[in-house]
Amino acid sequence: MAVATDLRRFAGFRAMTVLCLVVLYAPLIIVAIYSFNASSSITRWGGFSFKWYVDVFTGPEAPKFRQAAINSFAIATGAALLSTAFATAAAVAMSRAGRFRGKVASLALINLPLMVPEIVTAVASLVFFITIGFTTGLMTIFIAHIVFCIPFAYLPISARMQGVSDIYEQAAMDLYATPWQAFRLILLPLMAPGILSGFLLAFIISLDDFLITNFVKGAGVETLPTAIFGSVKQGIKPNIMAISTLLLCVSVVFVTLSWIIGRAGQSRK
Amino acid sequence: MAQVDSSGGIGIAVDVDDVVKRYGTLTALHGVSFDIRDGEFFTLLGPSGCGKTTLLRCIAGFEEVSGGAIRLHGEDIARLPPHRRQVNTVFQQYALFPHMDVLANVMFGLLRRGWTRRDATARAREVLALVRLADFAERRPAQLSGGQQQRVALARALAPGPQVLLLDEPLSALDLKLRQAVRVELKQIQRETDIAFVFVTHDQEEALTMSDRIAVMSDGRVQQIGTPREVYEAPVNRFVAGFIGETNLLDVAIRSVDGSRAEVLLPGGRPFACAAAAPVAAGPGHLSVRPERIELVAAGEGDLTATVRDHVYLGTDIQLHARLADDEAVVVRIQNAAGSAIPERGAEIGLKLEAGAARLLTD
Repeated sequence: MAVATDLRRFAGFRAMTVLCLVVLYAPLIIVAIYSFNASSSITRWGGFSFKWYVDVFTGPEAPKFRQAAINSFAIATGAALLSTAFATAAAVAMSRAGRFRGKVASLALINLPLMVPEIVTAVASLVFFITIGFTTGLMTIFIAHIVFCIPFAYLPISARMQGVSDIYEQAAMDLYATPWQAFRLILLPLMAPGILSGFLLAFIISLDDFLITNFVKGAGVETLPTAIFGSVKQGIKPNIMAISTLLLCVSVVFVTLSWIIGRAGQSRK
Repeated sequence: MAQVDSSGGIGIAVDVDDVVKRYGTLTALHGVSFDIRDGEFFTLLGPSGCGKTTLLRCIAGFEEVSGGAIRLHGEDIARLPPHRRQVNTVFQQYALFPHMDVLANVMFGLLRRGWTRRDATARAREVLALVRLADFAERRPAQLSGGQQQRVALARALAPGPQVLLLDEPLSALDLKLRQAVRVELKQIQRETDIAFVFVTHDQEEALTMSDRIAVMSDGRVQQIGTPREVYEAPVNRFVAGFIGETNLLDVAIRSVDGSRAEVLLPGGRPFACAAAAPVAAGPGHLSVRPERIELVAAGEGDLTATVRDHVYLGTDIQLHARLADDEAVVVRIQNAAGSAIPERGAEIGLKLEAGAARLLTD
């Protein structure tokens, strides 16, 4: 009974798997393929071309996309840095502070943003900023992103922390390190793969976010997802497919890196 | 720092004074007291859960004592954090920093104590040479064998020159062959450095072969403190007699007492004169006799009569399992010398107890 259940014995397993994969990935593949379409139709293939990629960088919409990309990457970098710092502090407290009052509640609060419907967070954030009289703009996007990125950064960091025995910090303190030195010289380097993995995940989550960003962004401020959405409203052109494909590549690279770093950390122990 | 020398001749490195440790309602240490002298190899020996590791962690500072004092050369350190105590620990799992090479591991404590990088490097290389790892300074811990890691852990703890070195079952992760070699080496290093070692183990053989003195612990209490010879040959109670080495505990009736001597009736009714571990009164008692201190004689002679049940061949010795008339088990060890006659299973034998080696215990 200890043997893993052979999933292939379930009726329709293969069909269900194929269906799921097709529904999930066929649209992505089609978008990627049609981004190389020479014709300006989004449904008819007119030969292979890089012209829409050139268009993204030099075409009439290029300045808009460039500004949106700068905003997106700046916000993603800043939000990922700060949320990773918060998540690291939270993970250390959760695994090293022993039992404290409200520990379970704290853990629930850290992870709550994962469970709350994003639209609710989006509306609540907007109402909050309006109530306190905060002018919406880049800053509001930044703050909102820091908040919802924390649980995503927290997950790989806390997973890594589970694997780091507190005996190393004890050994450090036994060797005359202050608690801060034990943290900085021993725990932090050992947690580094988790922290980096958390940072990359937070970065990509921030880069991709549309819903919350769309609510809390000020007039005229765009990030890549909102800029793409804005363009699509005036009809889908292949340049949108090109920019989507580029964004997809960035995501794939970051998620893969995050995964590889996390795994390398696990095996090195 | 002036070393307080309260004992006149030999300095007291660690003075454990009535240390109590409670976890909630559970008491792990019930007022433990003893002194460890400078340059002494002192062992805390006991079964798992006896409190020996807890006590070591109290001395290192990883556990807060619930009561009592721990004085390091006269200064009470019981309430100081670990990094303010001049004691270092060799951990059971070594706890070498995996992201640093061997040299950086050994230098770690020196740098924290304010040594310059140059002096620390020189000192670390010197200690690595002491543990015969001079050529491994640039390796990562993961690239070393278990025995080498263990020596790095020792070098790392010795480098800052602690007033006392704490060792938490440092040999238990090594295989048997290596363990025996490391025992000798560890003892040598201890003699060379002349630092007091507090060594925690559950292995009585380790304790006997390495220690200057042993504190035998059980249930959060020190049962006996003495040299290996004292705790082996003159155990104060049944726990110590049974835990250190093998022993036979015979139920006897105490007939008369004269100071520390007593006369008892053995199973089978013969009288026997022996030394008592503590002041005793007439009544029931237990006579502890080591298996190698019983001589095999012809049936009907000696102090006891028994029937051979089994023998176990141990190479240098042969262990004889026998039963007395009242079914009490007795183990006898006889040397496997040329011409020693091994009685057959079922044979009736006489057993003569070595008079000076039997000890009367009451608890």
